[in-house]
Amino acid sequence: MTVWIDADLCNGCKRCLKACPYEGVEMRDGKAHILDRCTSCGACIETCKQEAILTDAKPREIPDFSDSKGVWVFAEQRGGVLHPVSLELLGKAGELAGSLNQEVSAILLGDGVVHLAETLIQHGADHVYPVEDSCLAQYRAIAYTKAFEHLIRRFNPNILLMGATHIGRDLAPRLSRRVAVGLTADCTELTIDPDEKILLQTRPAFGGNIMATIANRYSRPQMATVRPGVMERKEQAGKKGDIIRETLSMSEQDIKTKVLEIVREARKTGDLGKAKIIVAGGRGVGDVEGFKILEDLAEVLGGEVAGTRVAVEEGWIPADRQVGQTGQSVRPELYIACGISGAIQHRAGIANARYIVAINRDARAPIFQVADWGIVGDLHALVPEMIRQLEN
Amino acid sequence: MNIIVLVKQVPDTTEIKLDPKTGNLIREGIDSIMNPDDRHALEAAVSLKESMGGSVTAVSMGPPQAIDVITEAMGMGADRGILLSDRAFAGADTWATSLTLGRAMERIGDYDLIICGRQAIDGDTAQIGPQVADHLNIPHVSYVFGIDEITEDRLVVRRRLEDGFERIETLVPALLTVIGELNVPRYAVVGRLIEACGEKASIEIWNAADIGCKTDEIGLEGSLTHVIKTFAPKFKRQGEMLEGAAGESIGALLGKLRENRIL
Repeated sequence: MTVWIDADLCNGCKRCLKACPYEGVEMRDGKAHILDRCTSCGACIETCKQEAILTDAKPREIPDFSDSKGVWVFAEQRGGVLHPVSLELLGKAGELAGSLNQEVSAILLGDGVVHLAETLIQHGADHVYPVEDSCLAQYRAIAYTKAFEHLIRRFNPNILLMGATHIGRDLAPRLSRRVAVGLTADCTELTIDPDEKILLQTRPAFGGNIMATIANRYSRPQMATVRPGVMERKEQAGKKGDIIRETLSMSEQDIKTKVLEIVREARKTGDLGKAKIIVAGGRGVGDVEGFKILEDLAEVLGGEVAGTRVAVEEGWIPADRQVGQTGQSVRPELYIACGISGAIQHRAGIANARYIVAINRDARAPIFQVADWGIVGDLHALVPEMIRQLEN
Repeated sequence: MNIIVLVKQVPDTTEIKLDPKTGNLIREGIDSIMNPDDRHALEAAVSLKESMGGSVTAVSMGPPQAIDVITEAMGMGADRGILLSDRAFAGADTWATSLTLGRAMERIGDYDLIICGRQAIDGDTAQIGPQVADHLNIPHVSYVFGIDEITEDRLVVRRRLEDGFERIETLVPALLTVIGELNVPRYAVVGRLIEACGEKASIEIWNAADIGCKTDEIGLEGSLTHVIKTFAPKFKRQGEMLEGAAGESIGALLGKLRENRIL
C-alpha cells in the first residue's frame, strides 16, 4: 500500500503537512512531496481539499461495537490493600462513562478481597466484579490474564483502564494480546470523541518530546494504562453499587510461575505521589551537599525531596526520587524546582502540580515558563534564606 | 541454553530538541543507538552462554539500517543475528510488532529463554515482551534485575516492584524483560565487530514472507491502534518573576504562598 501526490492537483496549501503524524510530507517547489518516513497511514488524504493525495489502500472497515458496553477499571490490590491509582482511574472512568451514558465497573482479583468492594463503589464503581481464587492470591501474569480473559469474553466491555504500575504494565500487554485488542501505555489524558464515541488516548512519546493522541477503532475493549498520580480520585460517599461474584476454575499447573517471596524494602522517605509539598533539585544543585540544603527546606515545609534524571544519574538522590517522564508524575500543592532547567521530560512529570516555584541562575531556563513564581539567582543562597525566613 | 535477545534501534531521545518556531521534532542529526535496556538483555544472555554453554541469537525488527544494532550485538557476543526488515512491517503498533516477532521466534524455534529490555526509549510502552510471551504461550517475568538460579527446566529471578521486589520461579522456556539494575553491559569487541561486518557473518535478513506473515496482519494495516494526532506538549502557567536581593525576593515568594494558602 502506498500514498502519492498528483502534482498537477496539489496547490501547495500544506494542510497535509500539518495532518501527518510522522512528518512524512514536505514541500518541494511549492508542491507536497511524500518522504520515506511515510507509513501510508492515510491521515493526510482527507485533509486535502484538492483531492490530490491518492492511495491504493482499501478503506478499512470499522466493525460495529455497539454491543460492547461499560467502562472497566482494574482494581489493583496488593496484600489486600488497594493501589491508589485504581481509585484515581475510577474517577476518570466516571467521566468517560458519563459521556457515553454507560456504567463503571471495577474488576477485583485476589483471594479474600471482596471487602474492598465498598471502597470501590464509594469512588465511583456501579458494579464490582470480584473473582476470588487461591491462584489469584498474589499477582501472577498468567493467572490474572486468564481471569480477565474470562470476564472480557463474557461481559464484552467497551473500555478497560489499568494503572501503569509494575503490575499493570506487566498484565495489560499480555492480556491485550490474549484478547486481541489494542493497548495504549501511560496515557496522560483520556477523553471520548464526541462524534465517533471512541476513546482518545493521549500519551507522551519520544521521551516526552511530543504528545500523541491514539485511537483504537478496530477492537474492544479499548485498553489503556495510566500512571499513578495523573488522574484525580473523586469520592462519592453514599453511592450505591452491586457486587457480582464470578468464579472460574483455575489450576496451579497452568500458571507456570510461583512467587517465592515478596520483599518490601524500607523507604526512609515518604511517597512522592502523595506529597503535598515537593522540593526538587537538578543539575544546578551541584552535589550531594547541595541536596542537604534542599532536605532542610523540605523538612521545614513538611515536604519531600525529589530530583531530575540528572540528579539521579549523578547519584545525588536515589532512583525512586526521580520526577519526570522516566520517573514519577507528581501532583503536589507546591513544587519548588531548584537548579532545574526544565527539560521537557521533567516538565511532563510536574504538569499537574497546583503551584510551581522555580529558582535558577539562568533567566532563560525553560522551567520559568511553567512556573507560577520564579526567582533568578543562586539556590545555594536563596534556599538557606528561605529556611531562615520560614523559621523566624 | 539457547537464548534469543530482542534488540531495537532507537533515536537517542535524550538528544532530541524541538524547533522553537514550529514545535516539531528536529530529527536531523539525532544518532541512532541500541536501546539502552536491550544492552542489559544482551549482557545477561552472553554471560549465561559463557557459564552454561549454548547460543545467543540477536533479533531486531526495523529498516535496513537497523542492521547496525545486529552488528553491535554480534560484537558483544551474539552468535547469530536476524534482522526482520520489510516495508510491510512499517507503521506497526505493538500488537502487529509482537505478532511479527512472535512468528520469527517460531521460525527460529528451539529456544530456552528470550530476553528483552523492559522498554524502548522511543515509545516507552514496555508492551512487546509480555505480548511476545503470550503469542508463544510461554511465561514471562518483567522488570527483572537479578537471576538467582538457573537450571535446564526452571529459573528463579528477582522482579523489581515500586517498593521492593519479588522472587519468582518460572518454568523454562520463558521470556524475561530486564532493567538496567541487572548488570553492566560489556563493550563490543572490535575483532568481533569486524567479523560481523564481513561476508561470512551469520546475519540473515528475513522479510514478511520468510516468517509467513500476510501484509494485512502486520505493519500499519495489521495494527489495532493508530496515531491520529501529534502535538508539542503545552504547559500553561504565567510565570511571575520575583526580583530584588535574596531577602526581598524570598520574602515576596513566601507572601505569595501565604496569600494562596499554601503555607
